[in-house]
Formats: sequence, C-alpha cells, structure tokens
Amino acid sequence: MKRINSTADLKIVRDAVLRQRDSFTKNIQICNTGCRARKSLKVSTALNQEIKVRGLADQVAVKETGCHGFCELGPILVIEPENIFYCHVKAEDIPEIISETILGGRVVDRLLWQDPQSGEAITCERDLPFYREQQKHVSGNCGKIDPTDIEDYIANNGYTALCEVLTTMSSKKVVDTVIASGLRGRGGGGFPAGIKWRLCASAPGDVKYIIANGDEGDPGAFMDRSLMEGDPHSIIEGMIIGAFAIGASQGFLYVREEYPIAIEHLAIAIRQAEEYGLLGDNILGSDFCLSLKINKGAGAFVCGEETALMVSIEGKSGTPRSRPPYPAFEGLWGKPSVLNNVESLANITQIFRNGAAWYGDIGTQGSKGTKIFSLVGKVKNTGMVEVEMGTTLRKIIFDIGGGIRNGRSFKAVQTGGPSGGCIPISKIDMPVDYDSLREAGAIMGSGGMIVMDETSCMVDVARYFLNFLLFESCGKCVPCREGLQQMHTVMTNICEGRGEEGDMELLSELAGIMTTASLCALGGTAGNPVLSTIRYFQNEYKAHIFDKKCAAGVCKNLFAYEIDENLCSGCTLCAVKCPEGAVSGEKKKPHTIDAETCVKCGICFSLCKFDAIRVV
Amino acid sequence: MKIPIIIDGRMGQVEQGTMIIEAAGKAGIVIPTLCHHEAVKAYGSCRLCMVELVQNKQRRLVTSCNSPIDSSGIEIFTDTARVRQIRRSIIELLLARCPDVPVLQTMARQMGIKSSRLKKKNDKQCILCGLCVRFCEEVVGVGAIGLANRGTEREVATPFKTGSAVCIGCGSCSYICPTGCIEMVPDKLDPRLRSLTMGSLSLPACNSNFQCDSCATDQEFLNKMKQVVSEFRSLAEKTPS
Repeated sequence: MKRINSTADLKIVRDAVLRQRDSFTKNIQICNTGCRARKSLKVSTALNQEIKVRGLADQVAVKETGCHGFCELGPILVIEPENIFYCHVKAEDIPEIISETILGGRVVDRLLWQDPQSGEAITCERDLPFYREQQKHVSGNCGKIDPTDIEDYIANNGYTALCEVLTTMSSKKVVDTVIASGLRGRGGGGFPAGIKWRLCASAPGDVKYIIANGDEGDPGAFMDRSLMEGDPHSIIEGMIIGAFAIGASQGFLYVREEYPIAIEHLAIAIRQAEEYGLLGDNILGSDFCLSLKINKGAGAFVCGEETALMVSIEGKSGTPRSRPPYPAFEGLWGKPSVLNNVESLANITQIFRNGAAWYGDIGTQGSKGTKIFSLVGKVKNTGMVEVEMGTTLRKIIFDIGGGIRNGRSFKAVQTGGPSGGCIPISKIDMPVDYDSLREAGAIMGSGGMIVMDETSCMVDVARYFLNFLLFESCGKCVPCREGLQQMHTVMTNICEGRGEEGDMELLSELAGIMTTASLCALGGTAGNPVLSTIRYFQNEYKAHIFDKKCAAGVCKNLFAYEIDENLCSGCTLCAVKCPEGAVSGEKKKPHTIDAETCVKCGICFSLCKFDAIRVV
Repeated sequence: MKIPIIIDGRMGQVEQGTMIIEAAGKAGIVIPTLCHHEAVKAYGSCRLCMVELVQNKQRRLVTSCNSPIDSSGIEIFTDTARVRQIRRSIIELLLARCPDVPVLQTMARQMGIKSSRLKKKNDKQCILCGLCVRFCEEVVGVGAIGLANRGTEREVATPFKTGSAVCIGCGSCSYICPTGCIEMVPDKLDPRLRSLTMGSLSLPACNSNFQCDSCATDQEFLNKMKQVVSEFRSLAEKTPS
C-alpha cells in the first residue's frame, strides 16, 4: 500500500482492485452491520468456513458489507454477478447455498423474497419492488462494499471527487458548485449547505473547523447509522472537500456513543485514509492538510443541535445558545465552524463525483437530490429507503414499502421524528420535499418515516414524542422546559381519561408559544406532533376528551376488549393465553372477557384467528 | 459607525452592534427581563425580552438582549399584541413552577394576570435565570456554582453537590438573584460568620465579615478580593435595582 499522490496513482489502485475482483467468479455480499441483530455474524462465519473447507477461497470472494436496506428481511446475502438476493439466511443454509447456487448454478427458492400478493418469487435484487423504485445514489455502496477496506471504496470511484477538487478547483469554485447544486442540509433544518460554506469561508481567521453530525437522535431513525457503518469514506471524502472549501485544517465527527459499529468503521476509515495519503498532511501530494478526530456523544438528544454539539465537543454540558453569533463566524472554541449532517456530506461526494448539473437534475425545484428515509412501522417492507426528492408518499409507503401489513389500512405517517408531524391519508399523494412537508404541518427532519394503521392512537403518538422531548430538553429556556411539562401533563390526562373542555385550545396555545419563543429548534419544533395531530385527527382528540374513548385500543383506560359471540369459535386459545385469567367459556362455545380482571395487555386480540375480539 | 433605528415609532441612532435592549433603554423604553444583566454576557433563557423586528418587509420575533442592531432599515416594536402574549405566557409558565416568587407575582400583576391557568408543577424559589452562575463565572471569576442536570431537573449546584473549595463567600450570587432565594444567613455553628444558602445548598462565607484588613487569608487572594468587591460596589451604584 503506497501513498496516493495524484489522480494517476488513484487510478492505479482502482484498476488493481477491479482486476482482482474480476479474478473471482463469484462475489458474495453479506450484511454484517444492522443484521448482526439477527445473528448475521454466525452466517458469515459459517460462510467463510464453508468456502475454506471446500477450497473455494480463490474463486469466491466473501464481503462483509454494510446495510443492504431491506432490513425486514435480514440476514441478507447477495450473490454476484447474478445479483441473486437471499433473505432470512441462517447459518444452516450455507452448505446448501454453496452446493446449489455457487457450485450448481441453481437458485434456492425458499430463500428468495416472495411477492405477498402474487406469490411470485423474485431472484434478482434489482427486480424487487423494494429496490426497483429507489434511487440509491448516496447509499449505493452500502451492502456492496466492505466498509473496513478503503480499496473497495476506491474501486467504486471513491476519492475521485476529492482528486477533482484538489487538482482542478479553487475553494471558491467548490463553494459555488455546492450553491449551484441546491443541496439543502439533510439533518432536518434544510438550510442551503453552500450558503453555510460561503459564510464560513468568508469569515476572518486562520483556524476553522469542519464538523460532521452523526448524532442521529430521532427515535426510529437509522439512515445516518447505515451510512456511517456501511460507507464511512463517502462521509470523510465529503468532509475533506468541505474543509478545503472553508479553509479548515481540523475536523471532528460527532457520533452518538450508542453506535459502536459506526465509530469503529469511521475510525478504521480515518486511519486507512491517512495511510493512503488521502487525509492528514499533504493530501494527494498537495499543500492541503486536514486531521480528523471522532468525538463520542454521551446520550443526549439535544447534543445533535448545532451549538449544543459544539459545546459538547469543548467538554461542557450540551446546552444550545442563541444566535447570533452564528457558528459560521463563531463556532467551536469561538472559531468559524461548519456543521453538516453526515448524509449531507455524503451528498457532497456525489455532487463532486458526478457534477452539480447531474445533481440539479434530480429532485424538485426547491429540493434537489435524493433523501434517505428510515421506513418503519406498520409497513410490510421496513428498512432504509433512498428516493428522489418529490417522490410521493404513496410510492414510498405502498410501492416500496409494500403497503400496510396484516390486512389493515393506512391511517397516518409520521415524518421528522419528535420535530415532525403526522400526515393523513388525504395527503398520501403529496410529494416528499422540504416545502411540501412543512406546508402539511410536518417536516422532512432527518428522515424518520413511521407508518401507522388503525391500531395506532394519534393522541398517544403525540404524547410519546412529548414524553421523549420532556426527557431530552436541556432545560435552559422557559418555553421549552416549562411548556413541555405542561403539555405532557395535559396529554397524559387526556390519554388516561381526565381530559377536559379547553384542553385542545390550551395545547395549541402552549405549542404556539414554544414554536415562537424557544431558544433552539428542539423547543421550536416540539409543538409539531401535537399541532399536526390536532389538525388532522381532531375527532380522535374529541373522542378521548369528551367520550373518554380510544377507538384504536391503545389508551388502556379508554377502551375494553369484547368477544363477538357470532365470530367466536370457542377454540379457547385466548383463555389459555390470558395472563390474568380474564377469559372464560366452554370449548366450542362463545367466550367472554371479564372487564374487571382484564388488564388490556392485548394478547388475546393479537392471537385470535377469527377476528372475534373487538375494541369497544 | 452609527446606525439609524426606529423603536416604537421613535427614531434614533446607535453604535453598530448595540443590542436592541440597550437601544430601547436609551429611548426610555423598558423591556422586561429576568435573566439579563449588563455585567454579564447575554443568556437568552427567560425569553421575556422578545420583541418584533421588521427588516426588508419581513417581520420576526427576536430576543432583545442578544440581538444586535448591525444594519440599517430595522424597526422594532416592543409592545405589540404578540409580544404581550409571549410575555404573559412566560410569566404563566414560570408561576406554575414558582408560584410564591415575589418578582413573578409583581410582573403578573403588571400584566393583568390574576393567576396562572396552568397546573402548578412545583414550589421552587429558583427561576433558573442563571444569573448567580454567570456572575460567579464572569464577574467574580471563581465559578463555584453551575447548572446541573437536564430539563425539569435542572438546578443550580456545586459540582457533585458537595461543599465548594473555591467559593470565596463574596455573596454576589445572593446579591444578583432576582427572587431572593439565595440568602446570606448567620452560620449555624458560629453566628459571627455568614453562610450562603439556597434550599439545601450551603456555601461557606467570608470569615471576617468583609473586614479585609484584619483577615488572616493569603495576601494575594485578598488583593483579588479587594478588586472584586470594589468593582462590584461601583457596578451596584450604576445598576438600577
């Protein structure tokens, strides 16, 4: 491994890896980041062992990769060049995969994804509806390359953007390119990245900092995690370009401590980039130097906020401060600093690899490029999804997500995490972009997308986010600290059957004050979940407050389970499984639930094969 | 450089970078605050000083303690319906936390608030304005107290809530506290001495009752104390209480 000092050197390394890849007849890619939760390490160990035992190590390359995206189906294994997609793979399946597919050229049908509607099994990853409708530009390497091997990244055009920048562009040209691309921050704010860079580049001072935000605090969001774990170099390359643009020679990656694999992979990537002369002193043989350090978070959501994050790096308690002064002029240790979300930085790499014009052709007028979403909740296909800005909610949730599971119906989708809002079916055909989402009362946020069906209580959803924010508020400013506490009390009362006339008006008023008067965006957006659910689901609030009823069957004090005697077959399953002994009845005769004893755990409801249990 | 500015219809000029609250003060307009003091850096935590700012036909709400007038074409409104609503809400929210604090009750009366519509959450005396902490850090230079914990658990405390090795007993925190919840009281064991107390927090006090010439403490430290006290006294003379 030699230092890379020029575009020509980079090409030499790239060509060497591509030749080496060609020397293998088969390439197996197995996710070993997110899928570890489903024992993928056992699968990869079995795979490596089987390849060795069968003497196939020279012909079959095994790559442990990042997240393929279709997390619902993990552990995932893809075989190239045929692009065969196997899901729910277990260690026990490995010998068969080797014999049948690798050696025998036959597909193992039971490991393929089956369309739930048609029953058709699909062989190739690219043909799966989940993938077919996506545009995986930024997350394209995830699931394809080994994130702990820089040469794998280089072989996939890694660091060509950096070469282009350092050999042909001035820092002003870099800034102008980002402005021209129209890139808006992917962390949630949606602020034009190029403007931020320009401000910082123009700030006086020799010491400047570039910072990557890998704190990803939104509950249920894992897009940034997947990028950091699966393609760390795409973030680092973007950071180096950013540092060059603003004139920084030091950078920090602030990564939440709850992502140990991300931290590990980023640390390896930094070390390797330094070894190859792509980071550190005299990058690519030029005068430009940049050193990067990883800073671990310590468990506070508020530290994802720009100024709180910087203060946290300084070693102090993560508390946001007012602006002005803006961090572009006075940031980390009082020096001009730029903070970008890791997804934004990976977008930068794309822009300089393929050009601002290419980037500008993707997306909508006001929202360029693609966005990565964590599609979770009551959809059939949960996972990491990347689509062009402007794609409709319907496409994401139904075409890619496969629609609602268990035969239920779509009720709402929550976007933007605790700062976002819930969008109802009436808006299912709206385009997903910054401005449309804001008009609808939600926000893009960092990309969390939680799909809900009729068993989700919208009042409870709003209460859940309030609870989260109440715990995470730094407590500095009055509207957020006191407002959240008051709103949470009102919501808890509503959910427990103590709602009163005037509660909705009070909630709206408090949310309004928080939006207007809070010091930072945590408080400033904390009202959104409540405001959007009141806007679109007012009847549900009224039912909770006045009728003391929760039709979704979530707020325990506001509903009861009842067995429909016409549908009940008397199979006794509910009576057997009930932990409280609340169900009684004779075999083959309709059963009954004793409301006094029932604790509403929901076990009978979820088990009944005859849909005989109702929420009343 | 002088910048023209209009506040509540009154025209004037201020040095570029002057904070809105200062400019308003020059125009004889008093903007209510709880966490603001000229002697320490602007904090922006109480949000009571918010005003409406109009520039380039765009209207937005800003905190006047830390928003500078740095360009021309700015018009400030300190008493609109929206501003008054924010002030009322801040006071109502604080009253729910600190119902017995006199300064809050006074402000509530001035705004026509009889009582908070919100559920009483607490019985605290501390409104978390942070003035005591900021004074100790910036004016006295000792930093004996800080703000610990997050959210509704936030409180003024010494590190690990133990006694302080650096508190010099100057009493700045007690002096500046707008609610009077930090008091200097006779020490339980030796009534010649004073203690600083806030709730369960208790800090040592000056052993000589500010008779510095007869103090047995180290001379270098004494000189620093003398400077702090004299700066403090001149500040007390300038600042309206």
